[in-house]
Amino acid sequence: MNPAPNVHGASMSLQDVTVELDGHMALSNVTFDVHAGTLMGVVGPNGAGKSTLFNAIAGLLPVRRGKVTLHRVDRGSGALAYVPQQESVNWRFPVTVMDVAMMGRCCKLGWCRRPGKRDRDLVDACLYRLGLWDHRSALMTELSGGQKQRVFVARALTQEASVLLLDEAFSGVDVGAQEGLIEVLQTMKNEGRIVLLATHDLTNLAGRFDQVLCLNRQVCACGPPDQVFTSEVMEKLYGAHGVRLTRDGEQ
Amino acid sequence: MIDFVVAPLEYGFMVRALIGSVLVGVMCPLLGAYVVTRNLAFMGDALAHAVLPGMVLGFIVGINPAIAAVPTGVSVAVLVRIVSRRAGLSADTSIGILFAAMFALGLVMLATSPTIGVDMEDLLLGQILAISPTDIYVSLGITIVVILGLFALHHWLLFASFDPVGSQVVGARANFVDYVLLVMLALVIVIGIQAAGIVLVMAMLVTPAATAYVLVRRFVSMMMAAAAIGTAAAVTGLYISYHFNLPAGPAMTLVASGIFVLVVSFRRKAPV
Repeated sequence: MNPAPNVHGASMSLQDVTVELDGHMALSNVTFDVHAGTLMGVVGPNGAGKSTLFNAIAGLLPVRRGKVTLHRVDRGSGALAYVPQQESVNWRFPVTVMDVAMMGRCCKLGWCRRPGKRDRDLVDACLYRLGLWDHRSALMTELSGGQKQRVFVARALTQEASVLLLDEAFSGVDVGAQEGLIEVLQTMKNEGRIVLLATHDLTNLAGRFDQVLCLNRQVCACGPPDQVFTSEVMEKLYGAHGVRLTRDGEQ
Repeated sequence: MIDFVVAPLEYGFMVRALIGSVLVGVMCPLLGAYVVTRNLAFMGDALAHAVLPGMVLGFIVGINPAIAAVPTGVSVAVLVRIVSRRAGLSADTSIGILFAAMFALGLVMLATSPTIGVDMEDLLLGQILAISPTDIYVSLGITIVVILGLFALHHWLLFASFDPVGSQVVGARANFVDYVLLVMLALVIVIGIQAAGIVLVMAMLVTPAATAYVLVRRFVSMMMAAAAIGTAAAVTGLYISYHFNLPAGPAMTLVASGIFVLVVSFRRKAPV
């Protein structure tokens, strides 16, 4: 079974999006567009509003001003998938890799229907594709950091999502597993999906994105990596330390 | 041995108590599996206390207290989430406020209604031996509703329990299933109170499920094992209470606790 659904044509547009959290401005006038088949990195320091941005896009936080528009993305049918930060997952809950992949079918199953042959075939295909078939009966707590992230990506595939938001997906994942994961994400964007990935890591992965959004409560820069990673932008993001990062990168 | 099992069943009240014990032994641990894995133990304890005003109201107006307790439990379960969201407080704090207020209201209603002749000890410790045919029908009805609910919502409940944020992104159903879970919890607690009372219902809710958590790997297996352990504890506790003239609720609790101690002594689960 082909786990790549009809996802072409989705796009996302944020216009002057402003979000307040507990009376503080968490995001201010954020404006950018993303088109189908884009892998975008969202970078910025701690507290820059990366998670807030994802929550606003996902509809988990109210937008005070501005507008988030998702074209050809039906949230109710599971077209938007979210890979959360590790801390927000209930690891005490004993589920297997297969269980998590099947969670992606919830929207399609509705209330009382049990998974049918198509659901099971799709789950099997996605687990094969992400190299998780041999681990299908393993508990999530028995996996490495990289494998856990792959399972969440598999869930997004079984969900037939056209937009995938990954919040700090590389946290606690070793460099080799990061490479493997980014290859999977590149395949997904080649199928026409929009993939947004929030990360602190500028050293290994910066050049692997099609677009980079530099965020520090407001958009400092947005564009292809070679145009965005300049000394000025890094200083806006990380202060003087950011300038040193750029020089090290240039060296 | 056969006499030990069969002789008590010559009495109608013991047959009813046995049916009630099996229902409690199955239902409390089934929901308890979610209570243990979603850290809802405080919520369960709070709901058990918060249904007191409903039960007292039932006695005052002359309807079955189990029926009267259902809307109270459901209202408190829903109110906890509303108060948490509106006041920006943690769920624990909201639970603490509502649980204390509702229990206090129940005590005041009890103190100002001396004519209803309810023994506070029966409410706190349960009285399964006095369970009426109507109680059995109510418990059976609630059991069927809850089992159907758990079956229908199984995949959504797994999703919302494991990844609350991810499930909310997928749709409003995740929030809805959280409410339904709390409502089912309130319903099951009402059944459990009849057997174990307000104070000890937590034992039937949490202890068999915690024992099963240590024993098995997958969640569905955990639910099944918890129901089996809960039923064994409830029925064994009932027989012990009959033969040794002990209160039934505490006997069931001690059996469930004994099984937990045995299991944990021989098997250790890696911390998450």
